[in-house]
This record gives sequence, structure tokens and C-alpha cells, in this order.
Amino acid sequence: MSAPDAKLYWKLRADMVFMRLFEEKAGQMYGLRKIGGFCHLYNGQEAVAAGFSSAMDMAKDYVLTGYRDHGHALAAGMDPKAIMAELFGKISGCSRGKGGSMHMFDAQKHFLGGNGIVGAQIPVATGVAFAQKYEKTGGATVVYFGDGAIHQGAFHEALNLAKIWALPVVFVCENNQWGMGTSWKRVSAVDDFSLMASAYGIRGELVDGMNVLTVRDAAQRALADARQGKPVLIEARTYRYKGHSMSDPQKYRTREEVEEYKKQDPILILEDAMKQAKLWDDAKAASQDAEAEKLVAESVAFAEASPEPALHTLYEDIYAGEAFFMAPSSGPAAQAGK
Amino acid sequence: MAQLTYRDALNRAMDEEMARDPKVVLMGEEVAEYDGAYKVSRGLLAKYGPERVLDTPITELGFTGLGVGAAMVGLRPIVEWMTHNFALLAIDQVVNEAAKTRHMSGGQLSAPIVFRGPNGPAEYLSSQHSQALASYWAHIPGIRVVAPAFPADAYGLLKSAIRDPDPVVVLEAEMLYGFKGEVPDEEFLTPIGKAAVLREGSDITLVSFGKPVHMLLLAATELEKLGVQAEVIDLRSLRPLDEGTIMASVAKTKRAVVVDESWPAASMGSYVAQRISFERFDLLDAPVEFVSSEDVPMPYNHALELAVQPSVEKIVAAAKRALYLEESHG
Amino acid sequence: MAEPIFMIALSPTMNEGVIAEWVAKEGQVLKSGDALCEVETDKATMAYESPVSGSLLKILQPAGSTAAVGQLIAVMGKAGEDWQATAAAHTGQAAPGAAASAAPSQAASAQVAPQAPATASTPSPVPSGSQPPSTQPAFPALGPVAMGAPEAPAYAESRIGGGNALPAGLPPSSPLARKLAKEKGVDLRSVRGSGPRGRVIARDIEAHAAAPGGYAGALSAAQAAAKPGSQAASPVPASSPASRLSAKGLRSERVPLSKMRSIIASRLSQSYSGSPHYFVRVAIDMERLLELRAAINAGRDKALSLNAFVMKLVAAALERHPVINASWEGDAIRYLPSADLGLAVALEGGLITPVVRSCELRGIEDIDGELGTLVAKARAGALKPEEYGGASFTISNLGSFGVEEFTAIINPPGSAILALGAVSKEAVVVGDDIVARRIMHATLSSDHRVIDGAQAAAFMAELKALFEEPARALM
Repeated sequence: MSAPDAKLYWKLRADMVFMRLFEEKAGQMYGLRKIGGFCHLYNGQEAVAAGFSSAMDMAKDYVLTGYRDHGHALAAGMDPKAIMAELFGKISGCSRGKGGSMHMFDAQKHFLGGNGIVGAQIPVATGVAFAQKYEKTGGATVVYFGDGAIHQGAFHEALNLAKIWALPVVFVCENNQWGMGTSWKRVSAVDDFSLMASAYGIRGELVDGMNVLTVRDAAQRALADARQGKPVLIEARTYRYKGHSMSDPQKYRTREEVEEYKKQDPILILEDAMKQAKLWDDAKAASQDAEAEKLVAESVAFAEASPEPALHTLYEDIYAGEAFFMAPSSGPAAQAGK
Repeated sequence: MAQLTYRDALNRAMDEEMARDPKVVLMGEEVAEYDGAYKVSRGLLAKYGPERVLDTPITELGFTGLGVGAAMVGLRPIVEWMTHNFALLAIDQVVNEAAKTRHMSGGQLSAPIVFRGPNGPAEYLSSQHSQALASYWAHIPGIRVVAPAFPADAYGLLKSAIRDPDPVVVLEAEMLYGFKGEVPDEEFLTPIGKAAVLREGSDITLVSFGKPVHMLLLAATELEKLGVQAEVIDLRSLRPLDEGTIMASVAKTKRAVVVDESWPAASMGSYVAQRISFERFDLLDAPVEFVSSEDVPMPYNHALELAVQPSVEKIVAAAKRALYLEESHG
Repeated sequence: MAEPIFMIALSPTMNEGVIAEWVAKEGQVLKSGDALCEVETDKATMAYESPVSGSLLKILQPAGSTAAVGQLIAVMGKAGEDWQATAAAHTGQAAPGAAASAAPSQAASAQVAPQAPATASTPSPVPSGSQPPSTQPAFPALGPVAMGAPEAPAYAESRIGGGNALPAGLPPSSPLARKLAKEKGVDLRSVRGSGPRGRVIARDIEAHAAAPGGYAGALSAAQAAAKPGSQAASPVPASSPASRLSAKGLRSERVPLSKMRSIIASRLSQSYSGSPHYFVRVAIDMERLLELRAAINAGRDKALSLNAFVMKLVAAALERHPVINASWEGDAIRYLPSADLGLAVALEGGLITPVVRSCELRGIEDIDGELGTLVAKARAGALKPEEYGGASFTISNLGSFGVEEFTAIINPPGSAILALGAVSKEAVVVGDDIVARRIMHATLSSDHRVIDGAQAAAFMAELKALFEEPARALM
């Protein structure tokens, strides 16, 4: 590992603290019914997104993920206001209120989405990598998915394609150890997902997903491989503090288990490392926290103040150019005399 | 004007589009070194090389999704499904990814991709390889669906599909690949969303798409022997649907027979029949007739499989019912 | 400013939660994500994790208390920070913008309310004494609706299934045929359909219209007959009530209920479902009565109506069978002191029953005079409530429509109604001979709570005897 870089450490801490506070606020807003539907929070897994994004070049790289996507979207540099507004279903949301929690997108930031079908983003990401290679952009694609998705055929088909076509893609399995309410151990043939890479002749690596520095290190190596046409599978062993979604009473695990993991909190681990490296500064940490709280509050204020989408927008963003519909509508289009 | 087979018309369309736009790539099972399971991609590997014409493993979900991802960031992939039966393995990537990309991203992204391959019954293929699955695609907002019946439309519609900024599903027909027809030598595009009136008539409107369109023309010839002038409409596009052409015709003829080689329920044909019944209710002198396949999986036996599908005889009989030319009224 | 902590929905269906336990204590410093308290939701006990980092300044809802989603339960902030301003700003009401959660909460408590002990809302017993039961609405008394009367919508049996039922009399027809028929003035009922199941199709209309004199259908004929000098044969007399009532033609239209329609619907539904109806029929030989009426009318400028004779004889029968002239009052039966006879009169959009009071005391001429006045007022919509309310017995006569017989619905407060069909010649056996006699079929609908079958039968036998020999009324 390289020599301690104060600026980097503080940046990683700021990213993780912000993700944590953003998700806490999202959870609160969900509880207050500002946010509806399925809402999957990222608490506990921040080191994975923060570590990987710190190793990426978002000018040419791309990110895709599943439905637990707020943290990845923030790590990709998306505007938290647009994310919170999307959660609120407002027109100012990144997806104009059409995507919600599971479908954050930002084409400019190369964040190609939160995907609601478990594992479906893996072949799509492989296709993005195909285009990067075809266009010789030098970029790579990072695709996140969970321990549930790794058993989907989509994962296995995509690894095979990535290998035979030598595509610049890093497959990142965030093993948070619970596929909804099912322990990963109950449904997995192996107890180390990085082994699955060997079936497709690619490199696999198991990393401590609670340690952002370890993740960053692994990400740098994986991206370097990928850029040379060698796809990599990373298993980042992590843990989610919250339920699968907001409506999960978490009967399948004990509070003690959660508390045990919270002792290895990724933010605490980084802070310990910073203290050991003599980089710690209470005042700076406090001001980082305050800054994050302020930005989260501003995001909520922005989302609150943003208007609802107009009814006619439901007919937009389906086709390029003039939309068409299969039968005369009795909805807003008809009422508008369309 | 050249006589081209349907297969060669498709091949010419892909060839021209690949020459025109370097972002067009073709991928699928056996499309490269084998020259295509049905030889639609013959010669393209030799001409454009293995970077642009790619043999995939037999992973419909995987390579369909890969095509969608490549389209999202600027390529113009053509994904060939060896048949639409196998596309059922990839349906998630079409319905949940390609069709939703623009919508879920609030208009930021798109997936300009073509999914193509043969659809519908061929011969002696039994139940898994002889299915007409048009309604699976026609149902989905966010994609376009075309079904050419003639070489010229196969050429013109595929070219339009490749250039379309949205995902397009092309329903080809194995039984038509060898069908020859005139295709103008000069380049042209057939607009998506426009039906064709193949034959004008004043007495009854016959409507279909894809392979059964040929049956309509034969049925119209039979009906002419009875003094009936049938108007024949080839939908060509299922989504968008050219209702204007259909409704103008039925306004004239007051009667319609809709033919779809799919199963009856929730089919494109039943939808078209419903639209006519609604839009032209006051002008109809007979219920809209609907000829579909029998509601059974396709049997292997040839006599049985022919009995399952629409036929010229079934279409003529339906037309006669709509014209009250049958004498045996209960 | 300190951070307000609101109760949040910890399950998608939770509207309120019970704070089972405060895991954190006042003054304790928490990080976001640390457990604040345990909350019993409608589904499970869930940990409520702090959404912010800071000190738990004040617990506002103690363990064991119930808090609605959006209700303030605590305040967090920097140690020593003032919590009271924050609490004051958010106490009592839901969190900013939490209106959506407040409403379901109220709805939930509303659902609970009926389970509370219903001391104050115990239903009152039906009042005893002479008052009519309060369930009797104070609607004006309206006449009965004759079941099977011509204006009631009747539907033909479908030949395929219930969904294909067409209005009676209209043959199956294609939409185009219907359109052409309308354009060409062809009555579909006069066209023989050549399509499947007799469907009238376009060519049938064209053939019909082309045939000379071929398209004078029933309705157009009736309309033509109404014109002076018309030669067209009319199957229905133009002056008959039938032609008056059905001259509109079919239409598809939703018509809001008029006040009258609404009252008819309410009262007759209540009568028919609330009182056990049964029916007793007799056939009455009308020869003697009609002869009597003809004799009386012979020298008069204005003929006395048959209805006046009927009412007089009904009153005579009621005098002999007072159990029929009665009213159900819930806990008692009231026998009424006079024969106040209602007569159902059809109006545009409804019907009404003018009442001739004390018919048992009045002569036929008197009854006929008052009936004429009341019917005229009824048709003019000028009847006063005292002129149509409180019939002790009602008569409905659809004889003028040619109806053979029918049953009627009792018109409260009476307990019986007499339905009279047309007088028509029938073959009857007199001695050993079959002879033609003018017969009228009469059906009495009785409320079994008031009138038993034998009583109704005895009344009808009396009525028949009186009609067949009106002189008995003198006895």
C-alpha cells in the first residue's frame, strides 16, 4: 500500500460520512412517507463504493449497479439534490421522478443506473465494456451486484462473454451476507465467491469490504487489469446495517450480529487508520460532518421545494422524437384534447 | 429492379448499414463463421471482420444484455436471435432493460438496438420451435416492432430499424427467407409505423402481418371468383400500429377479417380486431372475423401442424361469414 | 437549532407505534444509526435508529406511549442545546409535510371507534303506542307500480347468453343495418333478417326500403295514423295510453332520478321487500255490471266511469270485510274507519294515487265526479298531499292497455291493492253451454302480516259476487 495521503484519507472519510448521513436522512424521509416503494439503504457498505470510485477515472469509466444504488450514485459524483428529489418523485430528480430509489441515472457522470432486476445489470455492463473496447476509449466499467445476484445466469453468462471477448469490466460482488432474508451461506456452493472467477478463467479476489483502503487497493489493481482486457471478479465482503428494504423487520438475524459488525464500521476503521498515521484532526472531522449534514439538509430542502411532475410528463421519455401510443388514451392526454 | 430473396434483402440491409455506420455491429449465435444459421448474415464476417460480426456463445440473456449495454453508450448493435423461441431466455433484457432505459433515466439514455430473427411456425418443428410470439413484443411500450412480409419491406424496415433511436424488434419468418420479390436497386428506407395496402377492394378488408399476408393475397384471389373485391392490408409494423389505414379501409368495406398466426388470446390480431370493432362499430355489417392459430401447442405431425395454423381456406370461410355468403344460418 | 425526532413508519402499513423501550437515555451521545428506541409496529417490534448524530436532549414520549407517524417523540442536538424551542415548534402536530401520514392515522382510529362500548349509541327501541313506526318515511303516498306493466323495461331471452340480450322487440341487427334503418326511416322490427340467427344486416334494409310500400313499420304506422286522413292501418289505436307512453323510441341515455321517481323507487322497494306479499286471483263475469252501467249511462250527458262503479263495489266489499281495510303499524294493526280508495294514475315519468275518501258513504255519481276532478288535477301535477295520501286500499286498473291480469305492489299505509285487467270476451261454461261472456281478471295483493289468506279469499269472493250481481250492494 502506498504511503499515507492525507488528502485522500480525508476525501474517503468525507465520501463515506456523506453516504451514511444521506442514507439516514433517506430512511427518515421514508418513515415520514416522503419516499415510497422499495427503498434499499447502503449503510455499512460505504467502503466499497468509496474505495472503488477513488480508483476510477470517471471521465472514461462507467458504473452500473443494482437497486441499492444511492451510495454508488453519490460516489459517482451525482448531485445529492437530484438523488433526493428523485427519491421524493419530483420532476427535478435525476430521472424526472420516473425511476425512484432503484433507478438513479446520470449519463453525464457515467452512472448508468440502478437496476431493479437482480443481476440484470451484469450483462448490460459487459456490453458497456464491449463498446469501450470497440471504441478504444481506454475506459473500464465497474458493475456492482449483491451476493443474491451472483447465482443468476446473467452473472455467469456475462463473465464468460467478458473473458472470451477480453472486455474491460470489473465485476464487484458486494457480499453483504444477506440476500434479502436468506443468508448467503445457505444458498451458495462456495464460501468464497472469488473462486467463481476461475470457472471463467479470470482473476478473482476476496477483499475486506469494510476497509476502504483495502478496497481502493484492490480496485486499482482490478481496473489496471481490466484496462488491458482482463476482466476481474472482486468479492467485497461487507455488511448492511439496515433491512433489505425499509419494510424488512429483520427477523432472520440478531441485533447482536448487527452490533458486532458496527464495531467494524468502515468509517471507524478508516478513522483508526488516520489516527495511526497521525492524520487525525477532531476539528476537521467535525467540520466535515457539519458540511455533510448541511448538504443533506439542502438536498431535502431542494426535494421538498421541487414541484411534482406535470401529468403530461407520463407520456415523455419513452421514445425519441414524437411518442406514440397504442390506443386512444382516456388519461391526461385525452383530457388535454389530444 | 433486382429479384432478391427475403434473406438476401435482409443481408443487403445489414451490409449497407454496416458500410454506412461503423457503430453498427452484428452479434448472435452462428452469425459469423457459419454465415448465419439461416444464412442471413452470409459474407458479413468476411467483409467487416470479427470485431463487428461476432459469434456469441449460446447465452441469449447474456449477449442480448450485452447488446443493450453497448447501445446505451453509443454503438448500434444488431442482435440476432436464432429464433424468437430462444429469445424468451432474453426477454428480461428487452422488456426490463432496452424498453425501459430511456424511461428509467428520465430521458438521459437510450438503447438504439435491433433484435431480429425468425418468428412463427416453420415445418416439422413441434412445439418449442414453431411459435408466433409477436404479442410478447407488441405489448411493450418503449420498443418498436416490425414484421416484414416481402423482401422489399425486409430490406427497408431493417434499415429503418438499424437507424432508429429506440430498440426495434424485427419479426422475420423462416418460411419466407427463400421468398423472392422485387427490391429496387436504389437505397430506400421503409418507414416504421406505416401499413401497406397490397390490393384495393370495396367489399371486405383482410388484415395481417408477416407470413400470413401471403395467405391474404391468395384468399383475395379466391374471393374474387365469388365476385368479392377484397382489400388486403399488410400491417408491416405492429408498434406503432397504422390504425389510419385499417380504419379507412373498413369504413369503405364495412367488414374485416383479421389474421394472426399467434394464439388467439392477448394477440396482436385480437387487439386489431378490438380496435376495428370499437372505431368502426356503427359501420360494421358483421362481427370482425378473427383467424388465429388453434389454441394448442404446435404438433410435429404435418397434417396436424397445418390444421393448427391459419390457412387460405380458413380466411376465405371467415370472409364469407362476414359477407353473409354462407347459406347455413342458424 | 436542535433536531426534532419524529415517529416514523417502520413498516409500510404502520400508522402509529408504541414505544416499547427507550434504548438511549436522555443526555446520551449517539451516532446516526444507533438505536434510539424499540417501537412496536403493527407487524413487529423494530429498532428505531437515530437518523442523526448528537445528544438525546429530551424524550417527549415515554416508553409505553403511542405515537402517530410524524409525531414528535424526542429532540436531539448538541449537548446542552435548548430543546424546548424545537419541541414547541413541532409539538401537537405531525412533522412538516406529514399530512399524508396523519390522515391514515385518523382513519385507523375511526375504524376502531365502533368497537368501543356503545353506551350512548344503543339503538332506540321501536316507539310503542299509536304513532306509526318511525321507519315509515313521510313520503307522499304514491301509487303502485304494476309488475309487468308495458312501460317496464322487458328484455328478450338471449339466444346465446345473458350478455347478448337485446331490448324486447328489436331483432338482432348489425350496427350498419341499424344506422341505415335510421337513415331510411325503416322500422327494424318490420324487417326479416337474413343473417345468422335472424340478424338484420345492411342488405336486408336496402331490400326492404326498395320494396314498394314495404317499410311502414309499426311505429311509423302509428305515427301516420295519428295524422288526420291517414289511410295506414294502425296496430295500436293512436289514442290509446300505450301509444302515448311509448312514442319516444329507443335511446341510450342516463337519466338522473326525478324526485317522483326517487320516491316511487324508495317506497315501493320498501313495500315489496318489507311486507310479505301474496296474491289471490279471481275471474269476474262483468256482464251484469256492464249492463247496469250502460243502463245508467243511457240517459246521461256524461257517462259515469267504470272505475267509479268499481270503487263503489270495492267499498261495499270492504264494509263486509273490514280486516282488509287496515294498516300495519309495527306493533299493532290499525283498522281504518273509512274506505279511502286510491286509484293509480299513470303520469309522464311516474304515477300517483288520488284518493276518494269514504267511498262506502258516497254514491257512484259523487265518486265519479270527485275522481274526475282528482285525476285531472293529478295529470296537471296539481294534487295536494291530502288528495293523494293515506289510501286505506288502492286499485290499479291496467285494463285500458289490454292487460289480461297482473299483480301490483301494495301502496302503504294500506295493506292490500287490487289489480284489474282488461274486460274481454272469454268462453265460459254456463250450465252445460259454452258461452261468450265479458270477463275481468282481478288480483288482490295482500300484506300477510295484516291479512291472512282465507280473509283475502273471502274478500275476493265477496267482490266477485258484488260485481256479478251489483244489487247485492244494496243489501
